[in-house]
Amino acid sequence: MSAFLYRHPRVRLLLLLAPPAGWIGVVYLAALAILLVSAFWRLDPLSFSVVHRLSLANFKILGRETVFRKIAIRTIGISAAVTVADILLAFPIAYYAARLAGSRLKAAILLSVTLPLWSSYLVRIYAWRLILDRDGLVNWTLHKLHLFSVDISFTNWAIWIAFTYLWLPFVFFPIYTALERIPDSFLEASSDMGARWTVTLRRVILPLALPGIVAGSIFSFSLTLGDYITPTTVGNTQFIGNVVYNNVLGVASNQPFGAAFALVPVAVMAIYLFVARWMGAFEAL
Amino acid sequence: MRRRWSIPAALIAMVMASASCGGGGGGGAKELKTIGPGEGRLNLIAWIGYTEDGSTDPNSDWVHPFERETGCQVTVKYGDTSDAMVNLMRQGGGTAYDGVSASGDATNRLIAHGDVAPINVALIPGWKEFLPTLQSPPHNTVKGIHYGVSYMYGANVLMYNKDKVSPAPDSWSVLFDPNSPYAGKGMAYGGAIYVADAALYLKAHRPELGITDPYELTQPQLAAAIDLLKQEKPNIKKYWTSATDEINLFTSEDAVVGAAWPYQVSVLQTQDPPVNVDATIPSEGATGWADTWMMSSHAQHPNCMYKWMQYASTSKVQAQVAEFYGATPANTGSCSIIENDLGAAAAAPYHCGDDSFVHDLYLWKTPLSDCGNGKNDCVDYSIWEQRFTEVIGG
Repeated sequence: MSAFLYRHPRVRLLLLLAPPAGWIGVVYLAALAILLVSAFWRLDPLSFSVVHRLSLANFKILGRETVFRKIAIRTIGISAAVTVADILLAFPIAYYAARLAGSRLKAAILLSVTLPLWSSYLVRIYAWRLILDRDGLVNWTLHKLHLFSVDISFTNWAIWIAFTYLWLPFVFFPIYTALERIPDSFLEASSDMGARWTVTLRRVILPLALPGIVAGSIFSFSLTLGDYITPTTVGNTQFIGNVVYNNVLGVASNQPFGAAFALVPVAVMAIYLFVARWMGAFEAL
Repeated sequence: MRRRWSIPAALIAMVMASASCGGGGGGGAKELKTIGPGEGRLNLIAWIGYTEDGSTDPNSDWVHPFERETGCQVTVKYGDTSDAMVNLMRQGGGTAYDGVSASGDATNRLIAHGDVAPINVALIPGWKEFLPTLQSPPHNTVKGIHYGVSYMYGANVLMYNKDKVSPAPDSWSVLFDPNSPYAGKGMAYGGAIYVADAALYLKAHRPELGITDPYELTQPQLAAAIDLLKQEKPNIKKYWTSATDEINLFTSEDAVVGAAWPYQVSVLQTQDPPVNVDATIPSEGATGWADTWMMSSHAQHPNCMYKWMQYASTSKVQAQVAEFYGATPANTGSCSIIENDLGAAAAAPYHCGDDSFVHDLYLWKTPLSDCGNGKNDCVDYSIWEQRFTEVIGG
């Protein structure tokens, strides 16, 4: 048996790859395929049962009702805002950790970036709720300093802040990796040629770090796009995920409609990934 | 209601749901005359918190004593939503499960489809101690035939912070009025059934709409209710979906007035430090929910199910469930036990044993297109859900 496998490396490879490939094929892709197909089914309002006949009814509702467009735009808009904020926060820290900090300080920075991941996602969201409450940490501090108070609890601002915090580690690491890979000689060459640091940043560092930035943005963008816990926990609004949830597990249980709406983020991510690939993001992963 | 907001695996559920199909049976089973020996097993569908076996809290265990008493080994499948419960009840042609703790929005569907069996209440001693309104309510008794025994119920009261809200409100207008002095500090329930609360308000304030039952709305009546909810939205700090949500916001004083269950009132009044809240049924009235134990018309263990309904109807068990769950029991005998355990002050918001209280509530039922006038011109719940999305998501 082992001799046979030794002589036939292709069979060996096939056996090795079969379980994971099967898992991806059956569990993952099949689920996506069902999602795709059921988006074209519809719910019979009288019997509450799913009619297995292809139609565009769900997509017509999506196009007709302005509320769903509003929800989609809100979801995509906040995802983009979170991504921008995360990049602006992560880049300087990553640059410092990758190129300037000593080994001890570097370890401390990497640890503190990953530290929040040790606690539950729900705990972290909930912490933000307590921080932003009317009598939470932020307002308590401002009050002690005899300053104004901010009333942003349960608003889209709160959602933006919480998401930015949640996904920061996922944006930080790809950028950090990309920055660390830049050879010192490139930067030396740049300064030897008389470039100021702004020029070096713009023409050497940023282009080389761009795949990392785009890779990080895929995480923050897609994770925000699919989330439905944070918007209702720290905010008071709905994301695409909330509408999907209501239709899949809510009382209306209109699963075909939920599936149709769930295709919107899938489509958005497909476009996003296509652009990201074009920008070379997958080389940095 | 509250329990459908557990964390889901949405995709998995979607795949499973599209794979499963409701069986559906004929019904027409005869009522049992006497209860025979138990079959040794009992398969139930229940809301989380309704069948505690001590694994959540060692002091809350009413399943093991039942098993010891009757020899019926209980297996429980938790239902996430009323729809899930209806589907589960129809599995295996109705043979997979013996009984279900169905809410008012599922009961009539199960009865109409023949999924549940008529129940001989003469065999349920606890039934005689039920609040008169919950002995034969329309959500579990049709044409004089009982299809289950009541369990827990709860009212949707108007809760307010006495230190911040003065004078004490006697109308839902503190939430609905655009000029409410408490704008931005209100809370409303985040489920589509909350549309009924708006309809109830319109019933009193806009009689020209002709709303008689807040769960039976025509297209223009629903549109008016949705408009009212949109008008209410700026007043709302947060739409709550779990009781803890509302308790937190009232504690931090982010909110000072809101639609609530007696449970929140009781917790806020008795927590440390307490929040000075009170609750009222406003002049327009209030909505509420009520659950019923029902037996499958094709139950494999009918004797054990009858024994369970007997057991679950006793004052002792209902008091335990009510205390654990934060609901009000149907059995009036439970009230003195609860008052003893919680103290009179903490028990007061529940209005336990107060029949006129529950009688005046508009108890939850599923809006159907058929609203009893033969015209089928009402709007069903899937439309409610869609329109309610405009309110929360808009």
